[in-house]
Amino acid sequence: MELLAFGKTGWGDELFYATLMTIAVSITAMLVGFFFALIFTPLKLSKYKTLNLVGNFYTTVIRGVPELLVIYLFFFGGSGAIMYVASIFGYYEYIEINAFVTGSMAIGIISGAYSTEVFRGAIQSIDKGQFEAAKVLGINKFGQFYKIILPQMLRLAIPNLSNVWQITLKDTSLISVTGLVEIMRQSYIAAGSTRDPLFFYSFAAVLYLLLTYLSMKLINKLEVRYSRGY
Amino acid sequence: MITSFPKLLGATVVTLKLLSASLFFGLFLGLFFAILRLNKNILIYKFAYGYSYIFRGTPLLVQIFIIYFGLGQIEYLRTTFLWIILKEPYWCAIIAFTLNTGAYTSEILRSAFQTIKPGIIEAGKSLGISNKIIFYKIQIPIAIRQSLPAYGNEIILMMKGTSLASTVTLMDLTGVAKYIISTTFKPIEVFIVAGGIYLFMTFIIHNVIKYLEKKYSFQQ
Repeated sequence: MELLAFGKTGWGDELFYATLMTIAVSITAMLVGFFFALIFTPLKLSKYKTLNLVGNFYTTVIRGVPELLVIYLFFFGGSGAIMYVASIFGYYEYIEINAFVTGSMAIGIISGAYSTEVFRGAIQSIDKGQFEAAKVLGINKFGQFYKIILPQMLRLAIPNLSNVWQITLKDTSLISVTGLVEIMRQSYIAAGSTRDPLFFYSFAAVLYLLLTYLSMKLINKLEVRYSRGY
Repeated sequence: MITSFPKLLGATVVTLKLLSASLFFGLFLGLFFAILRLNKNILIYKFAYGYSYIFRGTPLLVQIFIIYFGLGQIEYLRTTFLWIILKEPYWCAIIAFTLNTGAYTSEILRSAFQTIKPGIIEAGKSLGISNKIIFYKIQIPIAIRQSLPAYGNEIILMMKGTSLASTVTLMDLTGVAKYIISTTFKPIEVFIVAGGIYLFMTFIIHNVIKYLEKKYSFQQ
């Protein structure tokens, strides 16, 4: 137990901050994912074949390629790409991107592909009459989406989004390869310096289980809230 | 880009070996735990539920690290014959993947068993078929058909999961891709080739499952 003590003698405080980091990366990645879903869901539902193709390309490629490969692409290619863009604007200094940004962007893009599929499914399963009724009542486009489609969509999407959240949370463990100190990386450091990998990796597993358990509890509450009318 | 292709193709063989071995063992493990889940004994049920909860609730990376780095720490294990297996990263990866996919497979099969209409089992009973035959000849075939789409997803997820073998020094497709990237600094080209190979495998798995679904559909 002294291994987990807070302060200088143990790894308790380090692991605590690492857990906070995991939560921070997961939430950022999830939000980045929503942003991508916001762009690509309309593309997938569009009438135009070319836009469909772009949307399908995104979700197919990201969901068909291992997460680790995407992270390596961002880790090794990220700063190169930014420097290339900067050089167009006449900036030639070396730019290094923060591991947090690289990690949450990479996981965010992956999470976005799953979220896109969830939103597409949810919108498609809303009764067509709802769209027509909103139009007939003379509600403007903005109101149609925010007041009528979105609330119904969320009810259908939340159970599947909770799966996306679980996937995202577990995927953040992969960012440890880029050196960002989250649960996995901190356990790796602790295991290396104490030569007790079994204990620290098992403890990491417990932390992840705790995170998934607590977030499930929270999401279940949301689910109840959004299905009030049913 | 062209010079790296043969190397990546060679590494694909490692990925496919890891995938097929873990799917093969994982299917049996999954079936075993799915049957335990249907058991009425609360202890057996809890044990099976705990297994699937733990392996689905933690990242695959943690599982590999516990097996590869963690188990080697136990002095006793080093003296037994198990050490011959556990000192090899290849077998550690397969053990971790098997346990992981076994947990997901058991959930898929369990839900398939539970969606079988009781009428079908009752029909079997009223025809005087023994419980054992009902299970093997009626319940299992229907469950396999029911779970095909979900299992197809699981195969694709597992294929992506095998990329984690590269973290325990195995040179699979992702491992070789990372090595080429870090020596040539051409991340985008290598990503396109390696990603293309993965996508091609996804495409094949997807179509095989689709074909099987059609072949074993109820309306023929």
